[in-house]
Amino acid sequence: MSTNHKTFGVLAEFANPADLMDAAAEVRDAGFKNFDTYSPFPIHGMDDAMGLKPSKLGWIVLGHGIAGLLGGIALQSWAMSVAYPMHISGKPFLNFPAFVPVAFAIVILLASFGAFLGLFFLSRLPRLNQPLFNSDRITKATDDGFFLCIEATDPAFSEKKTAEFLKSIGATEIEIIPE
Amino acid sequence: MSQNTATVPDERLVKGNHDFASITKLISDIPQQKTPLWWYIAFGISNILLAVMLAMVVWLIWEGIGVWGLNQPVGWAWDITNFVWWVGIGHAGTLISAILFLFRQGWRTAINRFAEAMTIFAVMCAGLFPAIHVGRIWTIYWIFPLPNSMQLWPNFNSPLLWDVFAVFTYLTVSTLFWYVGLVPDLATMRDKVKGKISKMVYGAFALGWTGGNRQWQHYEKAYMILAGLATPLVLSVHTIVSFDFAVSIIPGWHTTIFPPYFVAGAIFSGFAMVLTLMIISRKLYGLEDIMTVDHIEKMNIIILVTGMMVGFAYAMEFFIAWYGGFEYEKFIFINRALGPYAWAYWTMITCNVVAPQFFWVKKFRRNIALTFALSIVINIGMWFERFVIVVSSLATDYLPSSWGYFSPTYVDVLTYVGTFGLFLTFFLLFMRFLPMVAIAEIKAVLPQANPAYYRSQNGHSSKSE
Repeated sequence: MSTNHKTFGVLAEFANPADLMDAAAEVRDAGFKNFDTYSPFPIHGMDDAMGLKPSKLGWIVLGHGIAGLLGGIALQSWAMSVAYPMHISGKPFLNFPAFVPVAFAIVILLASFGAFLGLFFLSRLPRLNQPLFNSDRITKATDDGFFLCIEATDPAFSEKKTAEFLKSIGATEIEIIPE
Repeated sequence: MSQNTATVPDERLVKGNHDFASITKLISDIPQQKTPLWWYIAFGISNILLAVMLAMVVWLIWEGIGVWGLNQPVGWAWDITNFVWWVGIGHAGTLISAILFLFRQGWRTAINRFAEAMTIFAVMCAGLFPAIHVGRIWTIYWIFPLPNSMQLWPNFNSPLLWDVFAVFTYLTVSTLFWYVGLVPDLATMRDKVKGKISKMVYGAFALGWTGGNRQWQHYEKAYMILAGLATPLVLSVHTIVSFDFAVSIIPGWHTTIFPPYFVAGAIFSGFAMVLTLMIISRKLYGLEDIMTVDHIEKMNIIILVTGMMVGFAYAMEFFIAWYGGFEYEKFIFINRALGPYAWAYWTMITCNVVAPQFFWVKKFRRNIALTFALSIVINIGMWFERFVIVVSSLATDYLPSSWGYFSPTYVDVLTYVGTFGLFLTFFLLFMRFLPMVAIAEIKAVLPQANPAYYRSQNGHSSKSE
């Protein structure tokens, strides 16, 4: 091994979703933190197996929704009573029932952008490239492969021992991914 | 203990002996294979229609809306009919992707991508009509609350403005929802395609998706939240479209039944359009294992239910017209059935109320040729429904001295026909370049996707014992 060689992590392939989930639980129990499982579809129960905390996305969406509600009402109140007050068949300037549809649309619009942008923010995307793609095998993760990768940044990581550990918990293939 | 109950196993959602790899291959091969000849022919025809539409729109803008058949008192006719019709068709996509998702209907995975694409393109067609019917399109930006040199602000009391916000939000949210669903499948395409440029393009749009569970975790949450947001939105959009009519004082429009009646009609016509497109493309692309006859049957049941709701609304309108005791309202409904537009009214009744009754019979629900024919009949009927509502009420309103009759000009007809060019051009591009079934979601509904599948089979999973 050359001296410049840096390792990104150890990638282990598993036969099926059940094996991957069991392996994730073992890796979690062994005290690893910086690892992830890769699968072509979300596997239910994997969050618990990996010991992940619930997604914070809901809070981001809630914040956007509240901003949309306040902003929507403020925009309409200001436009209809300050910027361009108009007498329309004796209706009050601050005609709140009429403001409901537009305020609602703005809430949905902003909350949806919150969900959309929040998803990619929390997933640390978009990324043009990442070391994981140095693996030849990882492209199977969007097809029919089930993988677990323990990253070298994990304090408990040691290239040799981690690879052996993954082998011992049922990995069918092991690959060292260079940085 | 005696067993008095038995469980009825669900029909398998995906037919045939598929595993994860064969699903990937089945769907991701479609954009990779050589473009079939029929696609070029269909695309050519669509482009011609699109060119016709653009020519008609340019002619309209150049000459003014007098080139349409509009007159006094019929100031809204085919333009608004087409708008409501297209936006109604768009409703099926979000219904399938959001509402059926919240109800945990696994069968939606086969058709949601497809239906969402249809939604986006249908709403684009819909948006064209209100934009061009304003006459002076160069001032269209006045409908948005933008600071301008005239210190002018839009009137937020107006349902027409609510409509702008509703349709704009709907188009945007549908597109976001569609794209979020596409990202994992674009990553599959990125990993499958051979060409360097196509790999780069799919890769760029896949945003670096790896399929890691730390991504799936947020993805699933985002998908559920978007479904939760889109559900009230889809119900609100056609409600607000119906306010365009219901908030006015024209007889036949000023009724409280409009919002639910419009929403039911929108779902009715949208499902019919999904069926029309689906029956053609499942055959052309050999997707019968994924879009099965069971799907067609389930959609036909929804068509039957919403068709009955629409039929009930037609009957209720008549009842209220009589029960409400308002002369003009009573007259307009008798006039709809017996007056100058009776031919349109009875076309509507035949297509929307009579035609779906076939679907009470299981054999007809599962008959593909009949479903295809009826799906087209229903959309013809739904077009006439909007035509009857828009035109008959305007043509004979309060003052008999100002009654009129609307006849379309060739510009009316060709603009409408041309929007099919716009719709199909985008739809064909979608089928050619994007995975038209949600690959990741289909895999997730296979029995093999559930870890419990391996645990129930002895020794199959080495680790679980």
